[in-house]
Amino acid sequence: MPEELLRVENLQVEFRSGLTTTKAVNGVSFTLNKKENIGIVGESGSGKSVTATSLLRLIPEPPGIISDGNIFFEEKDLLKLSKKEMRAIRGNEISMIFQDPSTSLNPVYTVGNQIIESIRTHEKISKKEAKQKAIKMLELVGIPSPEKRINMYPHEFSGGMRQRVMIAIALACNPKLLIADEPTTALDVTVQAQILDLMKNLQDEFNTAIIMITHDLGVVWETCDKVLVMYAGNVVESGTVEQIHDNPMHPYTWGLLDSQITESVNNDEPLPTIPGSPPDLSQEVRGCPFAARCPFAQDICFSKKPEMVETEDNHYVSCHFQTKDKRLDRKEQQNDRAIVKG
Amino acid sequence: MGKYIIKRIINMIPTLLIVAIIVFLITRMIPGDPAAVMLGPQASVQEVEKLTEELGLNKPLHIQFFDYIGNLLQGDFGNSLTYNQPIADLIMDRFPNTVILAISALIIAIMIGVPAGIISATRQNSILDYTVTTISLIGVSMPVFWLGVMLVLYFSVNLGWFPSTGMGSMDEGFFTFIRHLILPSLTLATIPMSQFARITRSSMLEVVSQDYVKTARSKGVREFIVICKHAFKNAFTPLLTVMGLQISSLLGGAVLTETIFSWPGMGLLIIDAIEKRDFVVVQGTVLFIALIFVVVNLVVDILYKVVNPKINYSSNKGGTS
Repeated sequence: MPEELLRVENLQVEFRSGLTTTKAVNGVSFTLNKKENIGIVGESGSGKSVTATSLLRLIPEPPGIISDGNIFFEEKDLLKLSKKEMRAIRGNEISMIFQDPSTSLNPVYTVGNQIIESIRTHEKISKKEAKQKAIKMLELVGIPSPEKRINMYPHEFSGGMRQRVMIAIALACNPKLLIADEPTTALDVTVQAQILDLMKNLQDEFNTAIIMITHDLGVVWETCDKVLVMYAGNVVESGTVEQIHDNPMHPYTWGLLDSQITESVNNDEPLPTIPGSPPDLSQEVRGCPFAARCPFAQDICFSKKPEMVETEDNHYVSCHFQTKDKRLDRKEQQNDRAIVKG
Repeated sequence: MGKYIIKRIINMIPTLLIVAIIVFLITRMIPGDPAAVMLGPQASVQEVEKLTEELGLNKPLHIQFFDYIGNLLQGDFGNSLTYNQPIADLIMDRFPNTVILAISALIIAIMIGVPAGIISATRQNSILDYTVTTISLIGVSMPVFWLGVMLVLYFSVNLGWFPSTGMGSMDEGFFTFIRHLILPSLTLATIPMSQFARITRSSMLEVVSQDYVKTARSKGVREFIVICKHAFKNAFTPLLTVMGLQISSLLGGAVLTETIFSWPGMGLLIIDAIEKRDFVVVQGTVLFIALIFVVVNLVVDILYKVVNPKINYSSNKGGTS
């Protein structure tokens, strides 16, 4: 029986400015076990980054506010902790890596200074010991001649190297959970693969669970155990990687899968896209948030919000239609496309 | 870095030379014959002519100029016509007084202005922020002569807490010295203080939303350290520029403040010299002030490197990015 590490229940995050309230995250729930990887996917503005930053309570308040929900981390409700208790968690038990390594390191301090700061914030050890540990961390993340590199500034590193430094900072205190907010988006493709490999290797060494936020499904198939598909602040489908990959149930997930670049894509034909754009989250959405863009939408989709339904073991989907008809429709669609291609 | 400093010091020479030329020409263009002004209305024409010759003012302009530059190169700034003292001595008499006033004004400005700007930026759109921005806006637009007079009126005349004019000497005791210092330095500090607050606020606002500030928070660092270590050092560069300019102009003498409070500094010396057409003193002091500006600018440029490691003076390729 795997041990539970994190349980998020009905998380709601709003941004209030003036009279408008934007519901960026609207009732997200999921659980994560120790050493497990979960991927959160969705297009820009679907609330995946906001979900992740709220876990560390790093949403800028105001205008942001976590208006409802619970975040249990090893049975502690993070939303009920004091600021001081929360600081003891950040960087120590839960760490975070951000999207753009060229802006997430402080340009006016050496990388050594930034790693040592992280270590000395949580561990009562001397500067010398902390420096030794920082050198060891740099070595672990694959930075050559770390004794020299430790005294250099971020602008003296390449993008991939900077992301390695960020990983060193994040893992310096041996956290139980690592939140990676699109860690490879800003890097070029060959470096992306290296960084993902590094994260996987270090995960085995440090026994860390990872929340991987990405819009690249390829990254998810490679690194994750579970997937959460988010749309307009809602989780529309969740399950294991196999379930989502082999048997996706939600039309939005289908759209995401179809718009991937795969080897079978015909070069002459434009990549399929999901037409339209996500709803304005400052407006109340009645019914299913995806209805306006869903090719299968019926009247009920516009009037009633679908519940999360378990279709098979631990595979949840929020859609009114779970019947085979819908899937048959999809098959037909795909066949049509195949015929056109042929 | 050493090379850079030497290069900059050599570059100071043409700058100072140009200042010397301009000052020389301006002092010759001021209407009013220095000899006549010095001797007073009762002087005879012969006496005025005699003095003009003594001062060398009857020589052609270019000869006068080369004499002047020649003397400067020998380290001779000339003798004051009214004080009968070498200019260098006069400046060295007055400059320490200006330094005392400038430093105390600067301390007040930095100690209040910078924290006010930081607090204002970290609590953007709060009542505290509005208070700081309003007061600092009033501060930068306040006429110094009016503020000085009002302070004298209230604190010296009405309340009698502080003396209204003059500088206390240390011989009369530290307390007297400080009492004389407070009103002039407050007056002089108002504008730089407000400017520091405004600059600090705006550059902090740019920095606090940066990713590396979020990174620092995600490491569990205390908010105070996040702001003062991670954000402030990045926001410091524009503040340093403004501080450099303010320090130069404060050290150059605060004409208005020194006049109001009869503070025996550089500003009062210049005003006196201009009124008495003592062109030698004007030339000397202006050149000295130019020297202060050039030196402070050099120091500020070196400090940029300390604040921002991306700045690289040693190679031509580096530069700022």
